[in-house]
Amino acid sequence: MTERMQPSPPVRLAVREVDIAYGETTVVRNVSFVLETGTIGCLLGPSGCGKTTLLRAIAGFEPITQGEILIRGQRVAQPGWMLPPERRHIGMVFQDFALFPHLSVARNIGFGLRSMSSPQRRERVSELLELVGLSQAADLFPHELSGGMQQRVALARAMAPRPDILLLDEPFSSMDAELREQLAREVRAMLKREGVTAILVTHDQLEAFAMADMIGVLNAGTVHQWGTGFGLYHEPADRFVADFIGQGALLPARVLDAHQVRTELGRISSAQPHGLDTDIAAEVLIRPDDVLYDESSPRRATIVERAFRGAEFLYTLQLDSGSEVLCLVPSHHRHAVGERIGIRLEADHLVVFACPCAGSQ
Amino acid sequence: MEHPPDRVGNSPFALASACFRSASMTASLSAHPGRLAFMTRARLRPWPGLVVLVAMLLALPILVVVGFVFVPAGEVWRHLVDTVLVDYVSNSLLLMLGVSVGTVIGGVGTAWLTSMCRFPGRGLFEWALLLPMAMPAYIIAYTYTGMLDFAGPVQTLIRDLTGWGWGDYWFPQIRSLPGAAVMLSLVLYPYVYLLSRAAFLSQSLCVLDVSRTLGNGPWRTFFTVALPLARPAIVAGLSLALMETLADYGTVEYFGVSTFTTGIFRTWFGLGNPAAAAQLSALLLGFVFALILLEQTSRGQARYHDTGQRRQSIRRLELTGWRALAAFGFCMAPLSLGFLLPAGQLTVWSITVVDQRLDAEFARLALNSLGLAAGAALLALALALLLGYGRRLLPTRLVRAAVRTAGMGYAVPGTVIAVGVMIPFAWVDNSVDSWMRATFGVSTGLLLSGSLVALIFAYLVRFLAVSLQTVESGLAKIRPSMDEAGRSMGLRPAQVLRHIHMPMLQGSLLTALLLVFVDVLKELPATLILRPFNFNTLAVRAYELASDERLADSGPAALTIVVAGLIPVIILSRSITRSRASV
Repeated sequence: MTERMQPSPPVRLAVREVDIAYGETTVVRNVSFVLETGTIGCLLGPSGCGKTTLLRAIAGFEPITQGEILIRGQRVAQPGWMLPPERRHIGMVFQDFALFPHLSVARNIGFGLRSMSSPQRRERVSELLELVGLSQAADLFPHELSGGMQQRVALARAMAPRPDILLLDEPFSSMDAELREQLAREVRAMLKREGVTAILVTHDQLEAFAMADMIGVLNAGTVHQWGTGFGLYHEPADRFVADFIGQGALLPARVLDAHQVRTELGRISSAQPHGLDTDIAAEVLIRPDDVLYDESSPRRATIVERAFRGAEFLYTLQLDSGSEVLCLVPSHHRHAVGERIGIRLEADHLVVFACPCAGSQ
Repeated sequence: MEHPPDRVGNSPFALASACFRSASMTASLSAHPGRLAFMTRARLRPWPGLVVLVAMLLALPILVVVGFVFVPAGEVWRHLVDTVLVDYVSNSLLLMLGVSVGTVIGGVGTAWLTSMCRFPGRGLFEWALLLPMAMPAYIIAYTYTGMLDFAGPVQTLIRDLTGWGWGDYWFPQIRSLPGAAVMLSLVLYPYVYLLSRAAFLSQSLCVLDVSRTLGNGPWRTFFTVALPLARPAIVAGLSLALMETLADYGTVEYFGVSTFTTGIFRTWFGLGNPAAAAQLSALLLGFVFALILLEQTSRGQARYHDTGQRRQSIRRLELTGWRALAAFGFCMAPLSLGFLLPAGQLTVWSITVVDQRLDAEFARLALNSLGLAAGAALLALALALLLGYGRRLLPTRLVRAAVRTAGMGYAVPGTVIAVGVMIPFAWVDNSVDSWMRATFGVSTGLLLSGSLVALIFAYLVRFLAVSLQTVESGLAKIRPSMDEAGRSMGLRPAQVLRHIHMPMLQGSLLTALLLVFVDVLKELPATLILRPFNFNTLAVRAYELASDERLADSGPAALTIVVAGLIPVIILSRSITRSRASV
C-alpha cells in the first residue's frame, strides 16, 4: 500500500539496443523500447521473429549479447551478466500455464507469497480469486479446471506477489479463436484494475489491439514500429508493418509534390508532407475501407474474389492496369465474381512508400 | 486443453521399457532439449564430472569382459572350442528359437484378442496376462519339475487311473531343452504381449476401417494390416524376451541344458579359468548386442508405422459362441500355466513344510535378501537422480553419452556382469594384499571381491537402468515451464527441486525403488558368484534346495520371491488401466 503513495518512476521497463544470439545466429537485433508504469505493452510478430526470446530475456531466462535491460531503473541484464529470474521481481504467465499439478488453486496462487504472514497471504489469495472470478474454485486442482479457468489461475498466481512487471507469453494461444479477443479484453480489465505494468507476446493482432496500450511489431529480430494499435494500422512505418497489420493492398503511384501522389484511382493528398522526392515511382497503402462502392462512379473494376464476412463482402478487385485493391461493401450489395462494379477512392490520409523497384522500371 | 507431455512415460509402451528388461535408453527428455541449461551451468560445475565418473565405473565390468576379446586365447579356450562351444552356441540358438515361437504366438495372440475383440473375461485378462512376469524362470522350472516328474501329482494320477507302473508309458521329459523353452516362454511372453498390445491400441481405426471397406474381413485385416503395422513393436518385445533368455542361468542349469551362462560358470569354477570364462562372456555379449541393435532399430521403425492419433474409441469385435470360448481358452492357457498353476503348487508346498522351514534360518535369509535389495534400491535411486538431473540440467553430448552408458548393464546377463566385476576386484585385492605383505608383512586377504561391496556393485551395474528410466520419465513429465514458473516467483534452483520437483516426482521415485528392490530379490546368477562365503539369500537358498531335489522345501523362499515380484506387475497393470481410460 505504501508503495503506491510514492511517485513511481515513469519508466518501468527499458530495453536498450539489445541483441540476443545463439552461437552464430542473432535472433534479436538492436531492439530498444520503454514501457511506462501502468501501461500494457505487446510484442507482436509472426512466429520465429524473436518476440518470445526477447520476453524470456526480460524474464531472465535468456542471456543478452548486446545492450542492457532495466527494470525500475535497475539494470537486470547486460552482456555476460544477468540477474537470475528469481531476483527480478517479475511475474510470468506461461503459454502452457505451468500450474503446479500437486497444489490446489489457492495454493498455486499463494505459491509466490512465501514472505507474507499466513493471514496476509490468505487475504491476498482471496482478493485475487475474486479478481479473476474463481472464489468457488479455491480448493480445486488444476486438472479439474477448464482451459480458461486454468489461465485465470496462472494470471492470478503471477499477479499475486505484485510484480514490478508481468510477462505474458502467448497467453491465449491455447484458447478457441472466437474466445481470444473477449478473453484479452477481460484480462486487460483485470490488469488495469490492479494497475499492473505488463508486456504480452502474441502473433495475433486482434489480441494485441484488444489488450495492449503500446504495441511493438517485430520481424526477423528487429522492432519495425513501436506505437498504438491505431497508429500501426493507419500510419505504418514501413512495408512490413503495412502488410502485417490489417488488410490492404499496395497500389503503384507517382509522387506529385510534397503532399500529393497520383494513383490509378485518382489523387491522394495529406496534410503532412510524406517526405518522398517529387516525381518518383511510389506505392500507396490502400485499406479496404478506403475504397467505396459507388455505382455512379465512372471508375470500374472487376471482381476477382469475394469473401462473405456477414455484415460485409470483402471484394478483391482488379483495376484496368492489372493492380488489385480490396474493397469492403455492405453485404446487401451482392455481386458475382467477374462482374464490374463502380468504385471511388476516399482516403483522408496518405501512407506512401518509395517503390523498391523504382530504378529498374 | 491439451497437455501432450503429460503422457510421456505413462503409456504401457514406455512403462514396459522402464519397468522391465529394456536396454534402450530412449531419450525421454529430448522433448525440450537444453532449455534449462544455461542458467544453472555455473552452479553445477562438479555435476558433469560426477556423472561421467559414475558412468565409467558402471561400465567397467562390461569393458573388462570386452577387453578379454583381445587377450590371446589360452589352452582352455581352445579346449572349449574343440569340445563344448558348439553345444553352447547351438543350444542357446535353439532355446532362442523355441522362446521366439512361444512368446510371439502367446504374446501377439493374447494382445490382439484383448485389445480388439470382446469376449467374457477380456477386461480381467487385460491385466492378469501380466501375472507370469512375477514368476522368475528358475522358480517356474522347479515347480513344473515337481509337478511333472515321476513322483509328482500328474504322473501319480496317471498311474492311479490306469494301473500302469514305471516304464509302462511315455511321458515328456520336462528337464530338457524344449522344456526349458516352454518354461521361459511361459514367463517371458508378457514382454511381447505388452508391446504389441500398445501397438494395436495405437493403430488408427481408420486404417483398419479402410481395409474393411476394401473387402477384407476382420481376420484378414489382422494379418494384412494390423500385424504388419505392429511388427516393429512385436520385434522389440521379442528381443527383450530373448535378452532374458540369454541371461537365464537357473532354468537351463537345473534342466541340464548347456548354454553360454552355464558354460561360463563351469569354465570359471570347474576349470578354474577366469580368462576363458571372460572370453565366453564376451561372445555372449556379442549375441546380446545384436539383440539390442534389433530392438533399437525396431523402435526406430515404429515411428514410421505410427498411423496418427487415435481419436475414436475402439469398436471391439464381438465374439460369441465357440469363438468366445476359444478366445477365453487362448488367454486362459498362458495365464494358468504361467502363473496360477505354479503359484498354486508353490503355495501347497509352502503349507506342507511351513513348520520346518519357517524358522530362524528363513528369517535370516529374508533379512539378508531384504537388506541387500533395499540397500541396492536406495543406492540405485540416488545414482539415478544424479544422472537424471545431470542430463536434464546439462544435456551436453558427454553427459548424455555417460548416462546412456550407465544404463547399458540391464541388457547384460548377470553371469557376465559377475565375471566382469570379479576380475578387476580380485586384481585390486591381490595387488593390495601383496603390497601389504611386502611392506608390513600382513595379509589383507579379499577386501572387495568376497564382500557385499562387490555384490551391490554388480546389482547397480545391472539394475541402475531400471531406476534411471523411471526417474527420467518422471522428470520428462515436468515441463521446463514449471521450473521457470518457480524461478519467476522467486525460487532458487535448489528450491525448485525441493518445492516443485520432489513433490511431483514422489510417485516415480517410489516406483524406481520398488522395481530395483524386486529385481535384486529375484536375481540369481550374479548373487551365486559374488555373494560372500556363507551368505545366503532367498533366491540362492531356493536354488540350492531345488538342486538337492528338495523341491517342497524350496517353496517358502520361492513363494516369497513370487509375491514380491507381483509388486511391479501391479504397478504395470495400474498404468494399463489408466491408459485404457485415456485411449
